Amino acid sequence: MSAFFDILLTIGMWEAVLRIATPLIFGTLGVLLCERVGVLNLGIEGIMSFGAMAGWLAVYSGGDLWAGMLAAALAGLMFGLLHALMTVPLGLSQHVTGLGITLFASSLSYYIFRLAVPTSSSPPTVEPFRPLPVPWLSDIPYLGPTLFNQTAPTYLALVLVGMLAWLLYRTPLGLALRMTGENPHAADAQGIDPVRLRIGTIMVGSALMAMGGAFLTLAAFNSFFPTMVQGRGWICVALVVFASWRPGRALLGALLFAFFDAYQLRLQTVVDGVPYQLFLMLPYLLSILALIVMARRARVPHALMQPYRRGER
Amino acid sequence: MRFERRDQPSAVLTLLAPVGAILAALVVAGGLIAIAGANVFEAYGLILKGAFGSRLGISETLTRATPLLLTGLAAAVAFRARLWNIGAEGQLYMGALAVAAVAMVPGIASLPGALSIPLCLAAGAAAGMALLLVPLGLRLRFGVDEVVTSLLLNFVAVLFVSMMIEGPMRDPLAFGWPQSVPVPDSALLPKLLERSRLHAGLLIALAAAVVVWWLQSRTVFGMRSRAAGLNPRAASFAGVPLGRTLIAVACLSGGMAGLAGAVEVMGVKGYVSTDLSPSYGYSGIVIAMLANLNPIGVIGAALFSAVMFVGADSMSRALGIPSYIADVTVALSLLTMLVAIFLTQYRIRR
Repeated sequence: MSAFFDILLTIGMWEAVLRIATPLIFGTLGVLLCERVGVLNLGIEGIMSFGAMAGWLAVYSGGDLWAGMLAAALAGLMFGLLHALMTVPLGLSQHVTGLGITLFASSLSYYIFRLAVPTSSSPPTVEPFRPLPVPWLSDIPYLGPTLFNQTAPTYLALVLVGMLAWLLYRTPLGLALRMTGENPHAADAQGIDPVRLRIGTIMVGSALMAMGGAFLTLAAFNSFFPTMVQGRGWICVALVVFASWRPGRALLGALLFAFFDAYQLRLQTVVDGVPYQLFLMLPYLLSILALIVMARRARVPHALMQPYRRGER
Repeated sequence: MRFERRDQPSAVLTLLAPVGAILAALVVAGGLIAIAGANVFEAYGLILKGAFGSRLGISETLTRATPLLLTGLAAAVAFRARLWNIGAEGQLYMGALAVAAVAMVPGIASLPGALSIPLCLAAGAAAGMALLLVPLGLRLRFGVDEVVTSLLLNFVAVLFVSMMIEGPMRDPLAFGWPQSVPVPDSALLPKLLERSRLHAGLLIALAAAVVVWWLQSRTVFGMRSRAAGLNPRAASFAGVPLGRTLIAVACLSGGMAGLAGAVEVMGVKGYVSTDLSPSYGYSGIVIAMLANLNPIGVIGAALFSAVMFVGADSMSRALGIPSYIADVTVALSLLTMLVAIFLTQYRIRR
């Protein structure tokens, strides 16, 4: 029994929690932004894959790591624009458009990857982000190496949570965003253009998703391979429901999720006789469980999935 | 510029929509082929030649169209009732696994094909149904959106299959790759064409399309499922039992996806492995949309996707263009089709 507990005392375990949580934080914030203005973005899974590829490709072809993050963000903006144009002015089905974006973005990322690396030998690697110890703070026993010895994008993700919470609840823009997601007619009456605001927000949200993908190739791993996103995007969509569309709780959800993921990974090596697939199923089953627990309690943005056309109800 | 709803969706445009959507997708994909440094016309020529140019090509295209036709039906049936079944991939794998499980029952091998084949098909369909009933149950009972749950279950299902074929269902005689115990000969679907992989699953899929069409357009169930999709509140007031209708829709949809896995095992592979489906389940979503959710249209849309996949494989070998171009084109055609359908319903006014 003590082996189960011993895992919790290792620094590696807690360090991994933040590392695993980082792409989920980026993705969850991206989904949260889109849904807060009333648009479901199921493109996330593909946008993350494309972000992972774009980030990797930028660094592989000589750019520095932040150029990679930027390339991913720009690609995310473009896919966000595509999703936004189809779902906002045209008012097409957000479900189907999002799935279409996912299929398109992921297959396009595989296509471009294969163009860059035609032979199917082992995928070429890049030099990933190194852990960046925060002076002083990283010397605190236990807490230091886990919280303050992460890669730069992880810190960025944590800062973004605070920034997004501040933006949503403490700024006029945040009020406009939330109003657009609750009642675009009211927002329009206040002189806010729901269409433009939705398009812009979806673009920014998609850029965050793509940066979450880029974290996979530029920090968590050091190469790109097809299907590497492995449902992380869908998990982010579930986490947003779990978080009741609030940034702080989204961070909590991502950390909680990452904790279980890091724990099951280590548990696999300790427990004998249990098929490893059962452990790998846990993250997905946990996400479903989170949805069940929160489904009735969650306060969904009122206008989620409702297209807005001026003068049409 | 603004959009004005047409009183009646234009019938001509509705028929032309998929053609226009596919052409637009091919144009964009052509740009990607040109970026890769190949002649676009030569590439498309080779795709057509690969898919239709030989006896092998044609039989491969039809073989590939078979599971796509079934997953396309699975999505079309569900989407019509606004049941967002994105889990066809997982349902396909569960259907495949069920066939392998039935085949392991002692005595099955000695049954005549007339008994064992229907038994295996039924098991496959039932497994697909069962997996879709989970997200539907969660929606009806807890109000959980089925999109994400059915998506997440895809990963669970594939892991479950992997667990079974590395564990209790592993074929001890297969060295290296984990795969299930092979299905006995009596449960294999007969070939339609000598010296090819084309099997009777194609006839099953075609029959399924006709049955689904009949169910949707000629029965009370079809009327109810469409009503549930168009306006669930109004349908409920009009006396449509929403829960029961959705359960029936889920059985039909999950059954089709499970059947896709079953025929793939019984017709092509003969055993289950985790590379059984190159995302047939997800392609089914595109196919259903290209067909405008019409079961008969699904036949044509499945054929288009199969042509792209089979043709792109052979074009890729000749020109060195990554065969992912087929996936890109098929995904693009979903997006262009959405816009095309929009244009059949709206006019653009200045």
